[in-house]
Amino acid sequence: MANNKLQQASTNLLGWVDERFPLTSNVKAHLTEYYAPKNFNFWYFFGSLALLVLVLQILTGIFLTMNYKPEATLAFASVEYIMRDVSWGRLIRYMHSTGASMFFVVVYLHMFRGLIYGSYRTPRELIWLFGVGIFLVLMGEAFFGYLLPWGQMSYWGAQVIINLFTSIPFIGPDISLWLRGDYTVSDATLNRFFAFHVIALPLVLLGLVVAHLIALHEVGSNNPDGVEIKKHKDPKTKIPLDGIPFHPYYTVKDLVGVSVFLIVFSAIIFFAPEMGGYFLEANNFIPADPLKTPPHIAPVWYFTPYYSILRAVPPILNSQFPGVAAMGLSVVSFAFLPWLDRSPVKSIRYRGNLYKKWLAAFVVSFLILGYLGTEPSNVWGQFAPETLIVGGADRATVVARIFSLVYFSFFALMPWYTKKDKTKPVPERVTA
Amino acid sequence: MKTKLLLVLALLMPFMAIANEGVKLDHAPIDPNNQASLQRGAKVFVNYCLNCHSAAYMRYNRLQDIGLTDAQIKSNLMFAGEKVGDTMTVAIQKADAKAWFGATPPDLSVEARARGADWLYSYLRGFYRDDTRPTGWNNVVYDKVAMPHVLWSLQGEQVLKIDEKTESHQLVLAKQGTMTPAEYDETIADLVNYLVFMAEPFKERDKHLGLLVLAFLGLLFVLTYYLKKEFWKDIH
Repeated sequence: MANNKLQQASTNLLGWVDERFPLTSNVKAHLTEYYAPKNFNFWYFFGSLALLVLVLQILTGIFLTMNYKPEATLAFASVEYIMRDVSWGRLIRYMHSTGASMFFVVVYLHMFRGLIYGSYRTPRELIWLFGVGIFLVLMGEAFFGYLLPWGQMSYWGAQVIINLFTSIPFIGPDISLWLRGDYTVSDATLNRFFAFHVIALPLVLLGLVVAHLIALHEVGSNNPDGVEIKKHKDPKTKIPLDGIPFHPYYTVKDLVGVSVFLIVFSAIIFFAPEMGGYFLEANNFIPADPLKTPPHIAPVWYFTPYYSILRAVPPILNSQFPGVAAMGLSVVSFAFLPWLDRSPVKSIRYRGNLYKKWLAAFVVSFLILGYLGTEPSNVWGQFAPETLIVGGADRATVVARIFSLVYFSFFALMPWYTKKDKTKPVPERVTA
Repeated sequence: MKTKLLLVLALLMPFMAIANEGVKLDHAPIDPNNQASLQRGAKVFVNYCLNCHSAAYMRYNRLQDIGLTDAQIKSNLMFAGEKVGDTMTVAIQKADAKAWFGATPPDLSVEARARGADWLYSYLRGFYRDDTRPTGWNNVVYDKVAMPHVLWSLQGEQVLKIDEKTESHQLVLAKQGTMTPAEYDETIADLVNYLVFMAEPFKERDKHLGLLVLAFLGLLFVLTYYLKKEFWKDIH
């Protein structure tokens, strides 16, 4: 009896809410009756993990702002105060700093998933574009946040990146001045970067994530076979034959992914928060000094492929602008993929060898450019002066130039090689 | 405008390697769990370093973590009437220091994280006599360093011997101090051990917590794995 009454009461409460707010229908549309393909594999963990990291970054960020001081003479000290005197502050800070790098790890893997299974193809172009938007905003978020600890790398990294805008013809110098709010990176810059980092970009980011998910749930998820599960529906229920409700099936599956991710994440936080200088750079434990330029300035690892491209492009007519433009293009290129890919199939499973070779070349270029971006250009020494063409040049620069070409060719030649490629027949239904 | 553009170009150009790249650093024989070594290091630090260098983010009572009581800290390591909860500041004025040494002595709270233990261990053993320098000292790890050799009475005086044939450099002890070279190396190891501790005082303690967290997450993984298996039984 009592049980029955309780049930009735909750139904009534839910009914009361549902008459005023579409709670049940939304839960159904996005969880219990959102049908996802049943053949998701390893690569499909990273979307939900990216969402997890976003939540972690926002939560830890809120607690960090409670003790951080966005003021040039206090910023560095306030971070050390968080590390030493705030209860559990060190773990909150490490979660945030590790979270920044892990965000890029999961986002890069998530993007790679889209690449190999053709998740950007019709009808998912807008999901992909929102995703590229998220990626761009995330880069901005990371860049603005990196200034806040006010260490030497924070300071000089920001100095170099803002100065890049100076090379834009005519309006460049004014743009950098406007961004900085001063003639050098200073307290004014720190203040505005703080504002961008904690409110402006997170708002845009959240909006784009919502748009990304709404678009996804409108057209439905792609899958490793690249076939549309909506083509084969149960005639009675109208449910895709190869679809399963996102909740509970993928919520419990994603929990496994979350557990593994948290194990990796915690291992880094507790045992190697600096990750050998890749997540937290040694130079950033020296307070910012506008009068002392560090001998080697390198961005954090997740920016280094594009930074390598920037360095690889030689100045033309004494202007660094071509390099800056190439760097911008290297990031934005991803947005054009839906229109560059002319293959009749989506998934790598049914593509031919030509595409696979190009993709492999792209991944190798990305990794090598990423590595070279963390090192000074003379890391591999110079070619002997008598060598043909490249005599006397830095070996690393020549290598970076070659791989920059491969990087751009992957995009530029895609219409040609995807069309020419021999494809295999695509099954009607998803395979196990 | 043109100079600024040049500055930009200079920043974008291939960067020069760090000046002291050529010196091979010695491995610092330190043990973060050796409390006696950490305590000896703390003593050297407050006696020799904490006159010009501050450690402004480090509180004296944090030394409880290396096995000292408040009373021990107060009577052995604090000399200027500070409170035990105070941070390790120094009385030297930045402007004075700049005038006397040509550079402001950096705060050492997180120096070990910026430089690394091996660098510190090599640097503190790398001073030699150089009459061309205003202080009379130079350093093989940090050429033309502003800091004089503060520990010279312990180590003695080294000179740099240059073999012109092989172009190799060697530090030779010309006049021994109050310690033998082995004792001095051990003292520096203790000091570096302490500097590493001070840069991240909770590190060792948090590792124990980390193991607990990983054990918990391992359990969570097993549970979620079987939960998933159970739910997915009927999906083929």
